[in-house]
Amino acid sequence: MSEIFGIPTQALFGQLLIGLINGSFYALLSLGLAVIFGLLNIINFAHGAQYMMGAFCAWFLLTRLGLNYWWALLLSPVIVGSTGIVIERLMLSRLYKLDHLYGLLLTFGLALIIQGLFRNEFGSTGLPYAIPKSLEGAQNLGFMFLPTYRAWVVVFSLAVCFGTWYLIEKTKLGSYLRAGTENPQLVQAFGINVPRMVTLTYGFGVGLAALAGVMAAPIYSVNPLMGEHLIIVVFAVVVIGGMGSIMGSILTGFMLGLVEGLTKVFYPEASNTVIFIIMAIVLMIKPAGLFGTQR
Amino acid sequence: MPENGEMLRVADLHAWYGESHVLHGVNLVVNRGEVVTLLGRNGAGRTSTLKSVLGMVGRRSGSVVVNGVEVIALPSYQIVRLGLGYCPEERGIFASLSTEENLLLPPQVQGGGMSVDEIYQMFPNLKERRASQGTRLSGGEQQMLAMARILRTGARLLLLDEITEGLAPVIVQALARVIRQLKERGFTIVLVEQNFRFAAPLADRHYVMEHGRIAQSFTAAELESKMDMLRDYLGV
Repeated sequence: MSEIFGIPTQALFGQLLIGLINGSFYALLSLGLAVIFGLLNIINFAHGAQYMMGAFCAWFLLTRLGLNYWWALLLSPVIVGSTGIVIERLMLSRLYKLDHLYGLLLTFGLALIIQGLFRNEFGSTGLPYAIPKSLEGAQNLGFMFLPTYRAWVVVFSLAVCFGTWYLIEKTKLGSYLRAGTENPQLVQAFGINVPRMVTLTYGFGVGLAALAGVMAAPIYSVNPLMGEHLIIVVFAVVVIGGMGSIMGSILTGFMLGLVEGLTKVFYPEASNTVIFIIMAIVLMIKPAGLFGTQR
Repeated sequence: MPENGEMLRVADLHAWYGESHVLHGVNLVVNRGEVVTLLGRNGAGRTSTLKSVLGMVGRRSGSVVVNGVEVIALPSYQIVRLGLGYCPEERGIFASLSTEENLLLPPQVQGGGMSVDEIYQMFPNLKERRASQGTRLSGGEQQMLAMARILRTGARLLLLDEITEGLAPVIVQALARVIRQLKERGFTIVLVEQNFRFAAPLADRHYVMEHGRIAQSFTAAELESKMDMLRDYLGV
């Protein structure tokens, strides 16, 4: 069996693939957080719970309505994103004139309530969600076996991330969002309905979390605590990339997934902490994050 | 919408920033096609008056009628859709947008706005620098951009706040030419200015503000006879 740096290629590329998949989820989730923070100035601590809701929504659609994975991929972001719109209208909209801390506390409280409700109803052992038939199996690449579903997750995440980047950086709607991030009062004085834009942006960010949840369901199973474990790492990714930076979130998400995967190969003991070590170093050298600007 | 007559009527307008009461019953009228100045020292309430017309202050009361529509209870994005364009004191150029993105940002609020080509003809520097980041432009170019972007929207009532502040005399002269061109095209303009020498030859009427209310008003024809009073109010 061939080796690289004394590590079997099968094991090395296997861990890199796992890193890339984790990176896909980090990128999708941190992208949603960046979009929300950029316009709303809210640190959405409920993001992990909303990711979990996306996975549960897919499970409900399958088990209660018989709607398969592809339907879930379409409907879950819309359904969970709609709950985000309700949260923004009823609760978050009352906090914009207050300190960031209030938004963080509210969304943290919401996360605890949502996770508590799901755990009370479904326990914490996890519910199975099968890989869709068309994405079952694996491809033999010669140096490793590539599971088709995992390849799909990476490719689709990349497409969604760069689609979102294009929307924000290259379209008229995106220019409204970017300008609204800088000076919402002036954008409103140009005739743009900023409150509605804010509401839809929060719904969109939550929808991205739900989309990640649907994609995660066949890999990690559906569990009320699946978001809680992930969200702390995702916050570290956002801090490293730069709060509110769209491209920073995407690149840092994938990059840190790979770093985590490589650490598992070369020094497994540090694999759970490497991202936080990088975060500490970045904060010392560049407090605004690798791609962020001081606000 | 009235074809002639009043474009803007402000009556007993009070405004607050938090607990701070900044306007104490402002009354003014701007007729279609006029250039009207709001003169006064810093802190007299001129910028607050413009922001209150647009609904950009924390709280306001009284009456603001734009094109015959009472707007005191409307949010600012609905008010400007009645045909207002606002050029803020700090210019409000967005750093995350290119010059052209800044120019194209405000949506059209009415038909009949200038085309991008017309705007580039009026402000040739902007065409040359359209791909540059908005905040990389010089102060004068940023001011041109701030003016240009509201001309695209079809707004016929322009609220211009301290557009000459901090600019070189040659740029101020260029802006004066632009204001004259806009007046010839029938735009209605409210000009908040400290630079009296810039504003005086352009305006049809003047309002002088002090302590958050209108202290004096007079026409351009009365200007000569009011100079002593103006020196007292403005220190010019």
